Amino acid sequence: MSIDAATVRKVARLARIAEPEDRLEPLAKELSGILDWIEQLSEVDTDGVEPMTSAVHTPLPMREDVVTEGGDPSRVLANAPKTVNNFFVVPKVVE
Amino acid sequence: MSELTSLTLKAALDGLAAKSFSSAELTKAHVAAVESARALNAFVVETPEKALEMAKASDQRRARGEAGPLDGAPLGIKDLFCTEGVASTAASKILGGFKPTYESTVTANLWRDGAVMLGKLNMDEFAMGSSNETSAYGPVVNPWRRQGSNVQLTPGGSSGGSAAAVAAGLCLGATATDTGGSIRQPAAFTGTVGIKPTYGRCSRWGVVAFASSLDQAGPMARTVEDAAILLQSMAGHDPKDSTSLPVETPDFAAFVGKSVKGLRIGVPKEYRVEGMPAEIEALWQQGIDCLPHTKYALPAYYIIAPAEASSNLARYDGMRFGLRADGANLTEIYENTRAEGFGNEVKRRILMGTYVLSAGYYDAYYIKALKVRRRIADDFEQAFGKVDALLTPTAPSAAFQLGENADDPVAMYLNDIFTVTVNLAGLPGMSLPAGLDANGLPLGLQLIGRPLDEGTLFSLGGAIEKAADFGAKPQKWW
Repeated sequence: MSIDAATVRKVARLARIAEPEDRLEPLAKELSGILDWIEQLSEVDTDGVEPMTSAVHTPLPMREDVVTEGGDPSRVLANAPKTVNNFFVVPKVVE
Repeated sequence: MSELTSLTLKAALDGLAAKSFSSAELTKAHVAAVESARALNAFVVETPEKALEMAKASDQRRARGEAGPLDGAPLGIKDLFCTEGVASTAASKILGGFKPTYESTVTANLWRDGAVMLGKLNMDEFAMGSSNETSAYGPVVNPWRRQGSNVQLTPGGSSGGSAAAVAAGLCLGATATDTGGSIRQPAAFTGTVGIKPTYGRCSRWGVVAFASSLDQAGPMARTVEDAAILLQSMAGHDPKDSTSLPVETPDFAAFVGKSVKGLRIGVPKEYRVEGMPAEIEALWQQGIDCLPHTKYALPAYYIIAPAEASSNLARYDGMRFGLRADGANLTEIYENTRAEGFGNEVKRRILMGTYVLSAGYYDAYYIKALKVRRRIADDFEQAFGKVDALLTPTAPSAAFQLGENADDPVAMYLNDIFTVTVNLAGLPGMSLPAGLDANGLPLGLQLIGRPLDEGTLFSLGGAIEKAADFGAKPQKWW
C-alpha cells in the first residue's frame, strides 16, 4: 500500500497540521516505506480473533456524576495563551 | 562530596537514617553534579533551590522522627510528568513554558514519601523516539563511550535523560515512562536498571499521554533493589486513572535477595539477534520456540501507538495552553500551531495514526493490529503456563552513535523489537546490565513476568545482578 502526495495533503488536513507543498512528496515516501513494512501483518491469521483494546481485564469503574474538584478558574486558565475575565479568548469562529 | 553521588539509593537512605550525613549535604552534592554535567544535556530544567528547600524540610522531618521511605533522596523526574509550578513540556515546543497547576500522581507519591526533586529530565518529544534525538532541547549524550573513542553515543530513548542522569551519578534514581521500550532500552544502553511494571500498576494521571493503552511509568536506578524501592513508592491504585488497578502494592524490595530456586525461566528462540557473544548465542540455541507472533509485534505497535497518539495529541490546538501561532482563520491557527509546535517524528506519527484510523483503512490496519495484539498476548499467556519468567536481550545492539539511525524511521523503530511485545501484552518487564561488549559498552538483559508478578522479576533480577557482578561505571569525561 503506498501513499501519494494527495493523500498526505488530505491526512494532514484531517490532523490539522500545515504541511508545505514541498514536504508532501517526501512525507508520502516516508509513510509508504513504513506502510510497506507494516504489510507483513497480513501474514497473520486473525480469523475469529477478538480485537484487543485494553491490557486490563477489569471493567471500567463507575462513579457518581458529581463535581469532585472545581471552582478554581485561575488554575484552569493559568496556562492559557489569552484570557479575559476568567474566559479563554479564542479566535472568532462564527462570522 | 563526590562519594555521596556514587552511593546507591539504599545506601544513601541508610546513611540518612544513621545520620551519617543530612539530606541537605546529599542534595548539595547532587546539585553540584547536575551543574557540572551540562555537557550530557540530561536535564531540561534544574530546580536547585526547590531541591535544597525540600532537603531542609526532609532533615526537619527526620529530626522529628517522621521520615518517610524515600526521605531526603534526590531524584530526577522525566519531563513527561506534570510537576506543579515547574515547567513540564514533554520536550516539545508546543508545550513551551507550560507550568502545570497540579502534580502527577506518581510524583506526588514520591514527594509524599519524602523524596527531593533535582529537576526535569530530557527525553524524546512526547516520548516518541529511541535515541533522544527528537527532543526539542537536543539529544542527551550517553555518559558511556566506546573504549578509546570520543564519538558521542545515544543514551537511548525515550527516557534518555533519566538513563544518563542515573548512570552519571547525577541523581539516586529517576522516574521514566515506557510505551514501547522507553525505560528498558535506555537502561540497557547505560548500564542501569529499569522496570516497566504491569499496565495499571502506576497511575497515568498527570503523565502527558502518548498511547494510553500502552503507557506505563516506572523507575530507573543503579541497582535492582533501588528500582524496587522506587517502584514501591510510585505504584498504587489511583481513582483518577480509570485503568489503575485496584490492587495492593507488595513490598517489592523484600523480593530482592529471595531464593530463585525452583523458578523456571524460558529463553524464547524468537528473541535472537545477530552478533550475540558466543556464550549468550549458545544459551539461545537451547531456547524454545514459544512466542511465534513476536516478529509481528513491532508493525502492530506502529499502527496502535500512532493511532492512539493522533487522538491524544489532538488536544494541542493552541487554545487553552501551550503555543498558539498566527493564522487568518481558526483552522489556519490550528494548522500553523501544530506545524510549528510539533517536531518531525511527532508529526509523522500523528499523520500515520490519522491515516490508519481514517475511513476505508480502519479495519485493514487498526482492527487488524488489535487482533495481532491479542495473538501476541495469547502467546505470552501460553508461555507462562510453562515458565515463571522469560529472559531475552533488551535491545538488538549496544548504544549507537547519535545521528546513526536518524534518517530511517523503520531502522530506528527496530530498536524496540524485544520490548514492544511486553507493552502490547501489558506485562511487567525489567532490563538490567549483564556485561560489557567488545567495545566496553553495557549490554542489557530483559526479564518478562506474569501480570502483577514484578516480585519474581525483582528476585530473579537480584540473582542475575549478583551473578553478573556488573559494577562497571562510565569514565567521567563531562
